Amino acid sequence: MAALTTTESETGSAPPAARPPRKVGFSQKLSRWDVKVSPYLYISPFFILFGLTGLFPLAYTAVVSVYDWNLLGGQGDFVGLQNYVDVLNQPTFWKSLVNTFSIFLLSAVPQVIIAITLAALLDQNLRNATFWRMGVLVPYVVAPIAVSLIFGRLFADQFGLINGFLGVLGLDPVGWHSDRFASHIAIASMVNYRWTGYNTLIFLAAMQAVPRDLYEAATIDGAGRVRQFFSVTVPQIRATIIFVVITASIGGLQIFDEVKLYDVYGQGGSDRQWMTTVLFLYETAWGNQRDLGRAAAVAWMLFLIILVIGFINFKFSTRIASSGPKAPKVSRAVTRRLLAEARSAGAESAARRGDQQSTTTTDTTDRSDS
Amino acid sequence: MHRSTRSQGRLAATAGISILALSLSACGGGSNDQGEGEGTSDEPITLTVATFNDFGYTEELLAQYTEEHPNVTVEQTVAARSEDARTNLTTKLAAGGAGLADVEAIEIDWMPELSQYPDLFEDLADPEVEGRWVDWKVEQGTANGKLIGYGTDIGPEAICYRQDLFEEAGLPSEPAEVAELLGGEDATWDDYFAAGEEFVKGSDAAWYDVGTSIYQGMVNQVEAAYENTDGTPIPLADNSQVQDLFETVTAQNEAGLSAGLEQWSDDWNAGFQKDAFATMLCPAWMTGPIESNSGGIDGWNIADVFPGGGGNWGGSFLTVPASGENVEAAKELAKWLTAPEQQTTAFENAGTFPSQIEAQESDTVQSFTNEFMNGAPVGEIFTNRAANIEVNPYKGPNYFSIHTTVQDAILRVEVAKSDEPDASWEKALSAYDELGL
Repeated sequence: MAALTTTESETGSAPPAARPPRKVGFSQKLSRWDVKVSPYLYISPFFILFGLTGLFPLAYTAVVSVYDWNLLGGQGDFVGLQNYVDVLNQPTFWKSLVNTFSIFLLSAVPQVIIAITLAALLDQNLRNATFWRMGVLVPYVVAPIAVSLIFGRLFADQFGLINGFLGVLGLDPVGWHSDRFASHIAIASMVNYRWTGYNTLIFLAAMQAVPRDLYEAATIDGAGRVRQFFSVTVPQIRATIIFVVITASIGGLQIFDEVKLYDVYGQGGSDRQWMTTVLFLYETAWGNQRDLGRAAAVAWMLFLIILVIGFINFKFSTRIASSGPKAPKVSRAVTRRLLAEARSAGAESAARRGDQQSTTTTDTTDRSDS
Repeated sequence: MHRSTRSQGRLAATAGISILALSLSACGGGSNDQGEGEGTSDEPITLTVATFNDFGYTEELLAQYTEEHPNVTVEQTVAARSEDARTNLTTKLAAGGAGLADVEAIEIDWMPELSQYPDLFEDLADPEVEGRWVDWKVEQGTANGKLIGYGTDIGPEAICYRQDLFEEAGLPSEPAEVAELLGGEDATWDDYFAAGEEFVKGSDAAWYDVGTSIYQGMVNQVEAAYENTDGTPIPLADNSQVQDLFETVTAQNEAGLSAGLEQWSDDWNAGFQKDAFATMLCPAWMTGPIESNSGGIDGWNIADVFPGGGGNWGGSFLTVPASGENVEAAKELAKWLTAPEQQTTAFENAGTFPSQIEAQESDTVQSFTNEFMNGAPVGEIFTNRAANIEVNPYKGPNYFSIHTTVQDAILRVEVAKSDEPDASWEKALSAYDELGL
């Protein structure tokens, strides 16, 4: 410290001499780069992978979407937004969107309700609990194609098992492939068959983490099973419910396998009764239109739709996640105004009474209590 | 302390760079070593053949090739449906050919689209194979003067029918009588439909499975159904010929001739067991599916007759993608597989009727009978039917797309029953517009 002061006083007195340029050794330079660069290198694998598998395809799809682009013929002329216009002008596109949302709602809503109910049942003290718990996961292990084959037999129009049962009961057969809504129900049932067990296990895992003394307390308070479910279980696993809802909606918007395999031609029916947007994309690129440009445009629009849905979900979920017993919300502007009022009131009273500090304190406390 | 930090930094830098290098090289790879693996070399190689449905290429047949060419092992991948094979092929062709089999089987209906890009396939022309096939089969396999596909089977059509149901309905039921009933040598579609009306009066069963199959038979007799011979599509709204066919087919449905069972669907499969229909247009290869769907039903027979003259439905080719590593060896294999002897064996194995003249004339084929079809002399019948094929219909690059829109229109009327014929035709027109041809 002392030495430093002397140097300073010296330079202070003499005119500032040109300082010899500080020579930085290579090793020093390296170590500086080390500090700056190596953190980025450590995390680079993620970004490289993300760039290759996420960002690049996305950007490249955007490029393809503004060209004429045949599957076998490759790149053609630049057409600007024409592909988007073409797709938006296709009634089939709109039909596919409606179908997607219809199937999505028919699968996601019952799925979550059934899964949470099953999980609540499995959370009880069962004999052979592991057996039952693994049991619900069995459908998930079945390959989608097998599910489609089995359900295809069940939902066949003329000689299907379900219509056979309906016939025995004296009811009219349902056109599982001809009626639009019926086909949505059939496909949603395949989705539900496969995914309900999976979601049940996720719910079950969350329920197992709920502290048991909450239930004891609830029992002592006289709450029945149902009341306990709604007042203890559901609030406690709120975050898991949000997770399941979000994954289910992303999956729902991307539904493809079950739809593609629902009939032999895989085109969503002769009237496109059950063609979803992803299937429409597939058909545009690899099916009859063979137009990768338009398919890329569909992909981008689907991407934007998923973003919007994701955003809505996010908003919705943060609201649920942060809700609960708390003080009513007061905006910052209001707080500021109140504080300013308090201060000025305090200043006035201080001027009057000459006791500034005590007044301000009481004043603020009053406000915060109210 | 300082030292160790630096060496850690270096390590990190190396790690990062090598990851970068690895991922880049993963992207840039995929160039093929050409010229390797000549057909004559003795180096052991494995050739892959991709087929679909059942080409009749059994393990024994492929093992026979290995016996004759000890350095070659042949492996076959079989797609269950031709659609899957088509998607696989076109996608991989678009990706530069990576992952394709050395020999790829293709169906006649996708040929027009692929023959727009003859560079993707090897030229298979060879003095050895001249005169091997019926002329129109060679014509179909040729693109821009380049032979890109060796013909395998063809689909000459006859009429398969249920002898027992004919009897019950009080119609003559012996093959020769049925052929006469349907109009004999000069059979027309009207004859066929008239016999159907006769039949449905006396039976609970329908006359045929579905209108799309009848329509398929009819379209295959039209010289240029959807496109002019220069490849330009005929707007569906102006295509009165196709509209006529559509109206004819849907009118028969209203007369109750169709069982309304979409081909290859679960209902269709079940329909064989439930006596749902009495006749089917029957390309040679169809005898296989009929047999496999009809467990326990034994009334099937074949009449040597076809409405509207002869007709060909389906048939395939073997191609050699140009991007393959062993193209010479693959050509050799494709040539061998489509030689008359092997095609005769394939016919015995799977009922795929040979497109090779010599094979058609061989005693094995001529004397071949089908046990399931009440011992019908299928070899003789289909040779006769093949000789009656007059039209080699022009199918251009848009054949598949336009054909699907019309078929959908028929299915809406017959299977989904969601539209009247007129409304369904309107929808077909708008679907055609969506194709953006």
